[in-house]
Amino acid sequence: MNLDVQRIRGDFPILGLRVNGKPLVYLDNAATTQKPRQVLDAIREYYEKRNANVQRGIYYLSEAATQAYEGAREKTAKFIGAKDAGEVVFTRNATEALNLVAHSLCAGLKKGDRVILSKMEHHSNIVPWQFQAREKGLKLNYVDVLKDGTLDWEGFEELLCKKTKVVSLTHASNVLGTINDVGKAAKLAHEHGAVMIVDGAQSVPHMPVDVQRLGVDFLAFSGHKMLGPTGIGVLWGRKELLEKLPPFLGGGDMIHEVSLHEATYNDVPWKFEAGTPNTEGAIGLGAAIDYLQGIGMDNVRAHEVELTRHALSKFDELENVKVYGPRDASLKGGVVAFTMEGVHPHDVAQVLDSEGIAVRSGHACAQPLMQELKAGVVTRASFYVYNPKEEVDSLLEGLGKVKKVLRA
Amino acid sequence: MPLDMYAEQILEHYKNPRNKHALPGAQIRFRESNPLCGDVIEVFLKVDGGEVIVEASFDGQGCAISQASASILTEDLKGKTLSDVEAVTKERLLELLGIPVSPTRMKCALLALTAFKAGIAAFRGKSGVRK
Repeated sequence: MNLDVQRIRGDFPILGLRVNGKPLVYLDNAATTQKPRQVLDAIREYYEKRNANVQRGIYYLSEAATQAYEGAREKTAKFIGAKDAGEVVFTRNATEALNLVAHSLCAGLKKGDRVILSKMEHHSNIVPWQFQAREKGLKLNYVDVLKDGTLDWEGFEELLCKKTKVVSLTHASNVLGTINDVGKAAKLAHEHGAVMIVDGAQSVPHMPVDVQRLGVDFLAFSGHKMLGPTGIGVLWGRKELLEKLPPFLGGGDMIHEVSLHEATYNDVPWKFEAGTPNTEGAIGLGAAIDYLQGIGMDNVRAHEVELTRHALSKFDELENVKVYGPRDASLKGGVVAFTMEGVHPHDVAQVLDSEGIAVRSGHACAQPLMQELKAGVVTRASFYVYNPKEEVDSLLEGLGKVKKVLRA
Repeated sequence: MPLDMYAEQILEHYKNPRNKHALPGAQIRFRESNPLCGDVIEVFLKVDGGEVIVEASFDGQGCAISQASASILTEDLKGKTLSDVEAVTKERLLELLGIPVSPTRMKCALLALTAFKAGIAAFRGKSGVRK
């Protein structure tokens, strides 16, 4: 094991909880992650020593708050390899980031223009495009998912055409775990003059992600899935593109000058941050990034590959259990989605809960993918830095109990 | 105990659901889903004189709780009137199921009853748009 998991666990107060008389085994990290004391302390410290509205007052506290907020932006920019902190827009979450880019980017599109998505997208990378498609008369094309859980790259290339203006793909599937080669997708998209957007909600928290190296144009992710607080997310975009886009929400902070009938807008990134921002969220995210960098993203990734490999080999031994997505742990994120014959995922999760094990059951916000897999719904276990191998074993033992209770 | 809900009679109905089939000629037919867990249920009622339930059935897929609840309910409804069904409360249903239901599973337990009530409401012309 590359990580000192026991030491890491000591930083997470919630992991000491007992649930239904059993030690908590938290395996729903693709939904949200737990928070280390360092993040909680940073938020508390902000409110106790630096709270004021940012970018406004000419007084000590406001400057301290602004510095902390902008400092978090710089950390975030460095974390993903952005050229400039001005390319990082703070949003509520990845969902809002995708809504922002869909809204602002599609303002320049016309009827008949095409957007390519895939069938393994989270609802947050589908529904915002449906809004735009309806309003602008755009056509949405979907890349198929092959039986092995990977994207149909041939199909993708066939979909690309002159009318394709946008390609928006998930970097890592929240159900299959599949890691998509978004760098390759960006190259293909650019050859056709399209903009490449990446939903990084399941990749940025779990592996090194460098936007320059990937060569993409936009990247969206959420703070709460990477040890940070809820309510803070990021849209990274190339500066020259962000500068061209019209704003998303209107209000304070995003303006330059306002008269009764018109307004000019602030520079990026503030042009996209209307109203008082989630300052504590940004600061909490900054602390989470510090924490992850302390571990090292390569180590985070290696740990998850090891857990996933262990889990997949154990799942292979089970009868009447179907696992979805790639079977090679090095090709996927730390996610294992499965169904158990004769047992509804809701019942699987219920019995696991009686053992203190938290997993997700349902469609995991990816209904089109569920229809594609003909799975209906699944149970999903997802890992992070504080999960030791033994917790994977607890999950497998729990599945034994599920079979017994439900007489499967 | 969270597992008390998997009582003998619940598992028995789950494994061997009663009246689980479409009902041709049913005057009342309604589809309801629980998007949270992906349960989908369709309920059917054949009524006599516009009020007395001659036959009740359901079809669909779901967890042990929603399926057992539907099965138990269809057995109970035969011979009752539509007004009787409208008067079935959550408490009455839980009594019928005979198990403790946690708040997160209440929707599963209530799925079939909700569908029956909505179907009856549509039948009575109070609504007809939800589908």
